[in-house]
Amino acid sequence: MKAQPIVKSNYKFGFHNPEKAVFKTPKGLSPQIVQAISHFKNEPEWMLKLRLQALMIFQNKSMPNWGADLSGINFDNLYYYISPSEKKFRNWEDVPADIKDTYDKIGIPQAERKFLAGVGAQYDSEVIYHRLKDKWEKLGVIFTDTDTALQKYPDLVREYFGTIIPAADNKFAALNSAVWSGGSFVYIPKGVHVSIPLQAYFRINAANMGQFERTLIIAEEGSYVSYIEGCTAPIYSTDSLHSAVVEIIVKKGARVRYTTIQNWSNNVYNLVTKRMLIEEEAFGEWIDGNLGSKVTMKYPSLYLTGKGARGEVLSLAFAGRGQHQDAGGKAMHFAPYTTSTITSKSVSVNGGRSSYRGMVKIINGAKGSKSFVRCDALLLDELSRSDTYPVNIVNEQDVTLGHEASVSKIGEQQLFYLMSRGIEEAQATSLIVNGFIEPIVKELPLEYAVELNRLINLSMEGSVG
Amino acid sequence: MKSLNITNLHASTTDGKEILRGVSLKVTLGEIHAIMGPNGGGKSTLAQALCGHPGYIITQGKIEVNGTDITNLSPDKRAKHGLFLGFQYPVEVSGVNFASFLRLAINENKKAGEKKISPIALRNQITDEAKQLAFSQDIINRSLNEGFSGGEKKKAEILQLALLKPEFAVLDEPDSGLDVDALKYISKTILSLNYPLGLILITHYQRILHYIKPDYVHIMIKGKIIKSGNAALAREIEEKGYEQLL
Repeated sequence: MKAQPIVKSNYKFGFHNPEKAVFKTPKGLSPQIVQAISHFKNEPEWMLKLRLQALMIFQNKSMPNWGADLSGINFDNLYYYISPSEKKFRNWEDVPADIKDTYDKIGIPQAERKFLAGVGAQYDSEVIYHRLKDKWEKLGVIFTDTDTALQKYPDLVREYFGTIIPAADNKFAALNSAVWSGGSFVYIPKGVHVSIPLQAYFRINAANMGQFERTLIIAEEGSYVSYIEGCTAPIYSTDSLHSAVVEIIVKKGARVRYTTIQNWSNNVYNLVTKRMLIEEEAFGEWIDGNLGSKVTMKYPSLYLTGKGARGEVLSLAFAGRGQHQDAGGKAMHFAPYTTSTITSKSVSVNGGRSSYRGMVKIINGAKGSKSFVRCDALLLDELSRSDTYPVNIVNEQDVTLGHEASVSKIGEQQLFYLMSRGIEEAQATSLIVNGFIEPIVKELPLEYAVELNRLINLSMEGSVG
Repeated sequence: MKSLNITNLHASTTDGKEILRGVSLKVTLGEIHAIMGPNGGGKSTLAQALCGHPGYIITQGKIEVNGTDITNLSPDKRAKHGLFLGFQYPVEVSGVNFASFLRLAINENKKAGEKKISPIALRNQITDEAKQLAFSQDIINRSLNEGFSGGEKKKAEILQLALLKPEFAVLDEPDSGLDVDALKYISKTILSLNYPLGLILITHYQRILHYIKPDYVHIMIKGKIIKSGNAALAREIEEKGYEQLL
């Protein structure tokens, strides 16, 4: 099999529009910059304090010395806040033309019309468009950007913000807490089932940009919501940083499904902390697809705190030339009879590297808990690499824990078998890869599944000889 | 007359071990050739090398289908020239739907301008063939060979043969591991093909030859065909074993 330069030449979101910021902090990070952001946003005092404290934590924490190589990040060379527009819009027609053009190319308005209950679109630091269908608004559902939520529902935000992921959790959670902007705020009242998905779309347009969205989802007892986010960026020669924090509270008997299809361009460091607190008899799911970025470090976590809570992580990583996808999942069992499943599938091609990094922890007293981890890696050539770093900490006797891992090269036998039926090598490879990721793809909304298959086929084009 | 022509074929493993040491065989359309022989004699290697398995290098000789030299073609091109391999150990490909795979394969093998098969037409054909082969479970919605029992895998190979309709097929031990009933079903399916197939049937057992009567029987030992004859030769082997031939 020959390796050829390909992959992101096919990246169809690589265009960018001229940047027309209305407010932009200077490059680099300081208490003054944090104050400027908070001031510009007209935030309450407690948030400014939280930001400044987080900044100190960020500055005192060393870079993680495990995981992917982050030495390419120059914190002094980034813009931490860029506001592309003075206001937010509820009507698509009112969105400024250049920004609208970007989203038109990505396909947001069509998606909204077709199958979504609500849409949010974040452009650089600010969410510029937000729309929730009236039907859901009437039921008390809140779907807005986190800045607006802080203004309109300060008590609600204050009650939960940073409670699942405190600033001190890790260096990048601290950074996000200091300079966060945008992100989605979702509140689902007790017993409300939002039957069609909410979607947010994140776009980095400016060069040397840091995007730090902050998402908070609260699902009250017995409610249900499915939230989908997609991410793209233009191709620049310099790197951008995307460092989000996503906190989710799934209350008793509620269910939340959070789906991410990350397709950042190959110059983005994607370092995200995601955590879900799952209470009694509730069910939380992460579906995490990582296709783009230069480096991703992301391990969506399940904190199973209530009796009988269930959680699931489906992680899909696709690493092409120059990419390192360090992904996986965590499940923390803090209560009896909790169950978790982590399924990870990774594909590496053209020298790409994917790592599975996961942790299962079952504390003493979480009796009758069950966890099952399965990670499968597929390597398409000799240049590519895959590693597995699982950690299990179990302090309870009465548990069931399973772990299965496999690494396979694209099987010579499988290829020969398919080719012996008259199917060409490239097509046979694509069949095998798509078959390999099928268990995760089938969990995606159809539109996303189709797009994912298209992206993967594009990425593999020319990768087989 | 259309034929598969193997001339003085030598093949080695990629690490240089010679397995085939000059095999010559001509199969004309409609003929059935059985190849028998002790383990390690090169029967499976012959099957795989004929269809272009990358684990074997052809060092000498040639393979022609209807006069076209296919010795150096990739497996998919050989298939397009009308060659089919029924695997001794069919490979599982998870997540690839059996019916979609088969439809792709059938359409790939169509000549330019030929009408492609529709999903519905194919479903019906698969269902009919599966009935003839007494498949106990719905095959259409399953992944390719994944979780199939040994017998189902063997039957699925024959089902593919019946739908792909190659001119020449090499079946590598289609009978091994099958119970009497399954053996009957696959034999019946092969015999009921509505066109003349040139067949190379690799087997250890006389049993399948009761159903599929060979025109020729060849004995392959140490990478060569050392003796050829008719059905009587197979019966003789069954009684006396291979050692008398060594």
